[in-house]
Amino acid sequence: MLPGWLIIVTSFGYLCLLFAIAYYGDRRADTGRSLIANPYIYALSIAVYCTSWTFYGSVGRAASSGVGFLPIYLGPTLTFALGWFVLRKIIRISKMHHITSIADFISSRYGKSHRLGGLVTVIAVVGIMPYISLQLKAVSVSFNVLLHYPDVTSSPDLLGGSMFADTAFYVALLMAVFSILFGTRHIDATEHHEGMVAAIAFESVVKLLAFLAVGVFVTFGLFDGFGDLFGQAAAHPEMRALMSLDATGGGWVPLTILSMAAIVLLPRQFQVTVVENTDERHLKTALWVFPLYLFAINLFVLPIAFGGLLHFSGGGVDADTFVLALPMAEQRPGLALFAFIGGLSAATGMVIVASIALSTMVCNDLVMPLLLRFAWLHLSEHEDVSGLLKAIRRTTIIIILILGYLYYHLIGESYALVTIGLVSFAAAAQFAPAIIGGIYWKGGTHRGAVTGLSAGFLVWGYTLLLPAFARSGWLPVELVDQGPFGIALLKPYALFGLEGLGQISHALFWSLLANIAGYVGVSLLSRQSTLERIQAALFVDVFKRTDTGASAQLWRGTAAIADLCNLAARFIGRERADETFAQYAMNRGIDLERVGQADAELVQFAERLLAGTIGAASARVMVASTVKGESVSLDEIMEILDETSQVLEYSRQLEQKSQELEQATAEIRAANERLKELDRLKDEFLSTVTHELRTPLTSIRSFSEILHDSPDIDDEERRNFLSIIIRESERLTRLINDVLDMAKIEAGRMEWQMVDVNLKEVLEDAVATLHHLFDDKSIRLSTNLADHVPLVRGDRDLLMQVVINLLSNAEKFCPPDTGWVVVGIEARNDGVTVCVRDNGPGIAESDQMAIFDKFHQLREGETGNPMGSGLGLAICKAIIEHLDGRIWVESTPGEGAAFFFTLPSAEAPATAADVASVG
Amino acid sequence: MGKSILVVEDEPNIVLSLEFLMKRAGYDVRIARDGEEALAEVARRIPDLVLLDVMIPKRDGYDVCQTIRANPQWSAIRIIMLTAKGRDVEREKGLALGADDYVTKPFSTRDLTDKVRQFLDGGD
Repeated sequence: MLPGWLIIVTSFGYLCLLFAIAYYGDRRADTGRSLIANPYIYALSIAVYCTSWTFYGSVGRAASSGVGFLPIYLGPTLTFALGWFVLRKIIRISKMHHITSIADFISSRYGKSHRLGGLVTVIAVVGIMPYISLQLKAVSVSFNVLLHYPDVTSSPDLLGGSMFADTAFYVALLMAVFSILFGTRHIDATEHHEGMVAAIAFESVVKLLAFLAVGVFVTFGLFDGFGDLFGQAAAHPEMRALMSLDATGGGWVPLTILSMAAIVLLPRQFQVTVVENTDERHLKTALWVFPLYLFAINLFVLPIAFGGLLHFSGGGVDADTFVLALPMAEQRPGLALFAFIGGLSAATGMVIVASIALSTMVCNDLVMPLLLRFAWLHLSEHEDVSGLLKAIRRTTIIIILILGYLYYHLIGESYALVTIGLVSFAAAAQFAPAIIGGIYWKGGTHRGAVTGLSAGFLVWGYTLLLPAFARSGWLPVELVDQGPFGIALLKPYALFGLEGLGQISHALFWSLLANIAGYVGVSLLSRQSTLERIQAALFVDVFKRTDTGASAQLWRGTAAIADLCNLAARFIGRERADETFAQYAMNRGIDLERVGQADAELVQFAERLLAGTIGAASARVMVASTVKGESVSLDEIMEILDETSQVLEYSRQLEQKSQELEQATAEIRAANERLKELDRLKDEFLSTVTHELRTPLTSIRSFSEILHDSPDIDDEERRNFLSIIIRESERLTRLINDVLDMAKIEAGRMEWQMVDVNLKEVLEDAVATLHHLFDDKSIRLSTNLADHVPLVRGDRDLLMQVVINLLSNAEKFCPPDTGWVVVGIEARNDGVTVCVRDNGPGIAESDQMAIFDKFHQLREGETGNPMGSGLGLAICKAIIEHLDGRIWVESTPGEGAAFFFTLPSAEAPATAADVASVG
Repeated sequence: MGKSILVVEDEPNIVLSLEFLMKRAGYDVRIARDGEEALAEVARRIPDLVLLDVMIPKRDGYDVCQTIRANPQWSAIRIIMLTAKGRDVEREKGLALGADDYVTKPFSTRDLTDKVRQFLDGGD
């Protein structure tokens, strides 16, 4: 038991020390030597996350559910380790838009909407109320433990009297005063509360040291280290049970998710992490320092919990107070007092930052918009509004703390610290869809955000706040146990029959479901205003832009620079306004006196300057009242957008044209290549034809000259030479005919005498014609003709030519005396197939396609006597393919070759094409 | 006389006429019907002159000409190229590869005989 005056004097002394630090921090900031431009101080200030909940509540939670207290610290660690890019994006956006709070952030993203800013503010204030009450409860309980130990060991029942006899009430008042002192000396929220941040960082160190001190005392003073402590605890079955994961009661995943969101979205965390951030690079250090801090402060939670359970094994001491009760029970008042100061640090840190963040939101997003709406206040003409702003914020802080006190008074008694805190976490989580969607999805709309937030908030209120009131006796308990009007489906802890999740998980599930569904659904169905679209693009693409030029275009009217400066002076003070404008002029090298009229950029600058004080939405309204011709009308905006889109369209067309041009060029180039290729082929063809013509000519001329010049030649030789001349002349004639035929077919000038042809007769005629040729060489020519084959459509003479070509080819390549050739015909697949098979040398696989090409001659080694033109098979192919048939060869080298061609049956009705081609 | 000529040509009737012409002019005539055979004949016994057709199987006339010219022992051999392709490019190519003359088919038997005689006997 400690004397009351000692506790009070120490507390006051400590708070005065904090204030001194804050004052010093502010002074340093004013002289430009910032105390907090340091990544470690930034990281420590984020540790404002650890409140009395951590300090006292974690031990309480651990005493009932083992490591179940951990998810609350696992979540933030995960956010910092894995979600740092989200944080970085939020910070970058906030800096660019002079964001003052989470309400400002959301309202700014969805078209600088007052309605949305107000809604977020209401949710934040109502949602954070339980959290503030938690701090008040912790401070007053801890105070009473110190004061009355060991008389009052369980929850001190001092509330019986009026609230003026209640410690918590005085704690609330005291904290209000300090918050006002810390937070509202300046009113430009973006100017950073440097002193406050420095004090918070200091508090983080104190609470960590205090907690570690108690932990070390319990572990090494009361017990013989961790081994001894856990060993003794394990001896008790109920404590042994706490060491397994089963004791945590599940809910790890929802609690982790909840705290992942809370570390950014709780208004006070947003304040220290985003708004108070002085340098984006500090985040890098915080990424590992903050998780390390969380690890350190959680190190002794289980030892203290088990130590308490062992020490007060008879029960009767609230586990939430173990941190104090253990030193007290061991007659260590100094340590107990230090622990109390640590807890006080944790609580005041949270209350100060939270109330400052909330008061900024209430002032900028709730009260100012309302005041601006009442024209009779003539606010925009008021000479100096900064005093009014301060008054609003101070009043707000007092009201928030009183509300927190009332919540504590009405409800706080019924719940443990951790449960109260989680209710606030669940409220903060409602901001997640609107913020995450807002910075990654351009499609999120103002209506979607309003719908989602409202839905989530209502479900939160119904599933968490309402039951809390009922449990505390302010509403009938039947509401919770049986559902309103006895409808079981509407039971707040088991909505639509969803049971067994735990109240926090249950509420989180339904509220986020309603929230996300509302946000996404309505966003998809609703249209964005122009401003919303611009803001959405600015937020989502923040890393793609270097300036906010796009929105600067939105101001088209002109304003006198003097007017803008006066407007700014009303909110931030004459001196600072002049200074800021001068700075602006200097940076851009312009003389404001001489220019007189503000351009869009300067108007934008002024708007952002004001936004830092009164929020984006209000700043817009204020600046709009100064700019002549007001802000740009919707028509003008559309015009600007039209111009932009016309330019875009034009450039798109240009691009398309250039693509078409490129494509055309490529086509022309390809055509040119084809022409060149054709030219080359024609050239080659001519060259080959010339060669083929010159060869027989050479023989003819040579022998003619020989005969002419040699009268003494004997008769036999003369006859031989003459017969060579005759054969070569025939060859020349054939060649010329073939070349002409080929040219005719290729040019499409061949006259086709189309009739129904009996191919069997054609074969018989051809065999009869060529018989003597085969007999001369003693080659056996036989036929294998089917009895009946269908007629085919074609030119009889040309088909005869095909057959003769194939037969004389076979004859040419057959060995004399042992050679044989078989001609066959049969009906096959709606057509007729003709086959000419020989036992010549055969054709190599690689040549089987090429032999149908022009002038591809197979020469049979040294004895080869290619009497053909080299066009025979090419002509056959051209004829057969013109008649919709197919010609091919099958051969194994050394075993002869078989040439086939097929033609379709003519016994189907003749087509118009056939009739036409007859003429 | 004993001067020898190698006729390299794959058209049997042209071979026949060339053989007749050269024998009548008093030369010793050997025949080769493709490029490989031609080089084998040259290696077997060096001829004084080669009548070399360009379009022959296996290794064409240009190839044969180049191979002969690449061997210093064969530098005395006179080469007259025969071709049915009369374009200037081909003529240039043949001369560039080391042929002594280039005759286009169909040729005058008298001119050809004169040319051969000029190369082998230094003309009359």
